[in-house]
Amino acid sequence: MSSQAHFTDFKSDKRPTWCPGCGDFGTMNGMMKALANTGNSPDDTFICAGIGCSGKIGTYMHSYALHGVHGRALPVGTGVKMANPNLEVMVAGGDGDGYSIGAGHFVHAVRRNVDMTYVVMDNRIYGLTKGQFSPTSREDFETSTSPEGTQQSPVHPLALAMAAGGSFIAQSFSSDSQRHTQIIEEAIEHDGFSLVNTYSPCVTFNDVDTYDYFRDSLIDLDEENHDPNDYDQAREKIMDFDNIYQGVIYQDDDSVGYEKRLGIEEPMNDIPDGAPEGAMDLVREFY
Amino acid sequence: MPEDLNWAVGGEAGDGIDSTGKIFAQALSRAGRHVFTSKDFASRIRGGYTAYKIRTSVDEVNSVVDRLDVLVALTQRTIDENLDELHENSVIIYDGERSWEADVPDEMVELDVPLKSLAEDAGGAIMQNVVALGAACEVANFPIEHLDSALEKRFGDKGQKLVDNNQEAARAGRDYVQENYDHDYGYDLETTDNDYVLLNGDEAIGMGALVAGCRFYAGYPITPATNVMEYLTGRIDQYGGTVVQAEDELAAINMALGAARSGARAMTATSGPGIDLMTETFGLIATTETPLVIADVMRSGPSTGMPTKQEQGDLNMALYGGHGEIPRFVVAPTTISECFWKTIEAFNLAEKYQTPVYVISDLAMAVTEQTFSPEEFDMDAVEIDRGNVVSEDDIDQYLDEQGRFQPHYDAADGISPRAFPGTAEGAHMTTGLEHDELGRRTEDTEERVQQVDKRNRKVETAQREEDWSPREFGNEDAENLVITWGSNEGAILEAMDELDDDVRFISVPYLFPRPDLTEAVENADRTVVVECNATGQFADLIERDTLTRVERINKYNGIRFNADELRERITETFAAEPEVTAQ
Ligand SMILES: Cc1ncc(C[n+]2csc(CCOP(=O)(O)OP(=O)(O)O)c2C)c(N)n1
Ligand code: SF4
Repeated sequence: MSSQAHFTDFKSDKRPTWCPGCGDFGTMNGMMKALANTGNSPDDTFICAGIGCSGKIGTYMHSYALHGVHGRALPVGTGVKMANPNLEVMVAGGDGDGYSIGAGHFVHAVRRNVDMTYVVMDNRIYGLTKGQFSPTSREDFETSTSPEGTQQSPVHPLALAMAAGGSFIAQSFSSDSQRHTQIIEEAIEHDGFSLVNTYSPCVTFNDVDTYDYFRDSLIDLDEENHDPNDYDQAREKIMDFDNIYQGVIYQDDDSVGYEKRLGIEEPMNDIPDGAPEGAMDLVREFY
Repeated sequence: MPEDLNWAVGGEAGDGIDSTGKIFAQALSRAGRHVFTSKDFASRIRGGYTAYKIRTSVDEVNSVVDRLDVLVALTQRTIDENLDELHENSVIIYDGERSWEADVPDEMVELDVPLKSLAEDAGGAIMQNVVALGAACEVANFPIEHLDSALEKRFGDKGQKLVDNNQEAARAGRDYVQENYDHDYGYDLETTDNDYVLLNGDEAIGMGALVAGCRFYAGYPITPATNVMEYLTGRIDQYGGTVVQAEDELAAINMALGAARSGARAMTATSGPGIDLMTETFGLIATTETPLVIADVMRSGPSTGMPTKQEQGDLNMALYGGHGEIPRFVVAPTTISECFWKTIEAFNLAEKYQTPVYVISDLAMAVTEQTFSPEEFDMDAVEIDRGNVVSEDDIDQYLDEQGRFQPHYDAADGISPRAFPGTAEGAHMTTGLEHDELGRRTEDTEERVQQVDKRNRKVETAQREEDWSPREFGNEDAENLVITWGSNEGAILEAMDELDDDVRFISVPYLFPRPDLTEAVENADRTVVVECNATGQFADLIERDTLTRVERINKYNGIRFNADELRERITETFAAEPEVTAQ
């Protein structure tokens, strides 16, 4: 393991192609700071990214990373962490990536509870494909594929995570740098699967869910005397679809990561040079 | 070949047919006899005809034949379904006390044994099948001690009482036949001192994976591949690995991909429908140059097809599946023990060349149990080659001028260095997007061509450096050539025993890259390609490779070839006017 890293060590020399003002810049900065603040280095960090503007995040950061196919970043992260529990695994992507094409994996990743941090850059739109509605878009949201509004109710990611037995459920706002960073740090430190739904505005295609909208609407849980360990309180906040909150909404302190529950302690990359000792026993079983 | 015995037990799904057959197969194997089994089952859990067939001989047996000598029939349908395989002296064991009146053809030998009541006397109706096994021992003149030993193995974990009851039940069956029937059945099952092991293709794949150092398996249950996952579960953890039952095949292959990126030897196994779901990620694996083994245990397709029936229909999918052009290796074990060896080889190929490798097997192999001498699994012969993995000491030579690690370095042989996460200075990204040597997205025309060429060059390197020879049998100078791939080898081999000397037989375990058979085809007068599919996918390949027309023997009714029918069809084919003329 390398010596104490600075957050800029997590920056790659590739310049982001995000639109100026895109919320993803702030999301990424917070991730890099949180990784450094929690004592990680690029050499022991693995970032799995989805597909979308948001998914490009792995390209602009420096660490071990894989940018995979649309919607499947969570299973990749699961495999990475289970095969090497020493790694700090972060998974990042958009609301379309995570709650639409990858929704099945999301529910199962939550309940499987592998120790990793999932940051969803929720801009309530499909950015990369140029402005179609996303699963978190409002019902009356007009886009190129929903000229009359979406006519469907949005997915509520936090409620979905809670229903699936989530052990860490949080929400942040990419432009509230300090809070966002702090929330991701807590997510990293949580043992188990941590969801951080990060509002990360798309300045090009979404003129409804804007910086101003989030800034004006977000209620910070720190100012609400909220106790994230209190399941009932958390449920109340999560099921309150009329308001949006920022902070760690629910955390199960007893959570133990799935890989730990299975007793996986060592990386699986060290194998014998030939058949393992006693391999003939495997054959003898078939006598 | 000395006398072989063809035995079967059949009834309704849920009647314990499978375990009954397995116990008898194990008894025979423990008596030093060779065994080859086949299963006939429908895609339902309870109800529906199901049978477990065993062919046994002191000589090696590699196939089933279409003759049935002893049949334990738990239902009338068992008799009806097998009428064409039963012969004058076939012995039918059934329980006349049960509600059905067995309708056994006159010329056959009927043994009405009160299976259920004898079982009840021995401790429980559930043991009626074991009573039947005891009766079968008497018919076949097979020492019941070997059955005892198989019962011990089967029930030993559950306590001596259960073992005793079962052994008693077996004796009740044997004694009943002895006391009530005075008949010479004409069998005398010789035993030997040979130690054999008895396993099926899925188990051999799982065992190969374990021995090869596979530590991460993710899969989603599907017939007939599930057994690979079940085999690894509980065993892989003893080696520090794990099995994840994923939510679907998309997750399974992506988890395996993640584990492989972590540096573990990883695999998944599925059947056709699962392969379809995995195909998008298959391209990702190839382009990110991740070593991964994917076993496709084929069943009848397309779509959900016939889940419990056999076919070799996925060859084209394995060779061509996926959008764009994807370098890959495709190996196809030709026997159950080759399922073991080819899986090990697949892991080495995957890591040496940093590519996905398909291991293509099929239902016939997956559910067939066969005896082997343990030496066939010689662990000292196992070699592990992890390819170009860099350590912290040698990483410097793989960094660019700015000190950045290059996971897709454009090496002359196409093989780049690999740094496991955690390796200092090795941090890098990779992506399914076209990328440069650093693994970063690019649309630069030159970099695109460089990376495509580099990936394809790995295949060229492998073509040069690995041995892709086929398996050869028969007379090399024969006029008639038979070519096959996958699970047909055993049946053809047996068929050849009685074909005249004028057949050369080539069995191909490598589908991509594959051996060049041009010379063999040119040297033969007639070439026929045998495969279990309707369109002759492999025959098409051979024609393309050799620029010569070949004849075809195809079967696609869901049931594998057996030796008898192949002997007939091969003979017929070569006796008839050629269907095609060489050009
Ligand atoms: C299988 C597949 N289907 C569709 C696409 C096209 N596609 C790329 S990104 C995307 C949506 C991205 O939306 P989101 O996850 O919200 O990310 P954003 O761009 O808004 O950050 C789609 C549909 C794809 N790459 N793969
Ligand atoms: S389109 Fe939207 S999400 Fe994509 S980079 Fe631009 S602002 Fe960001």
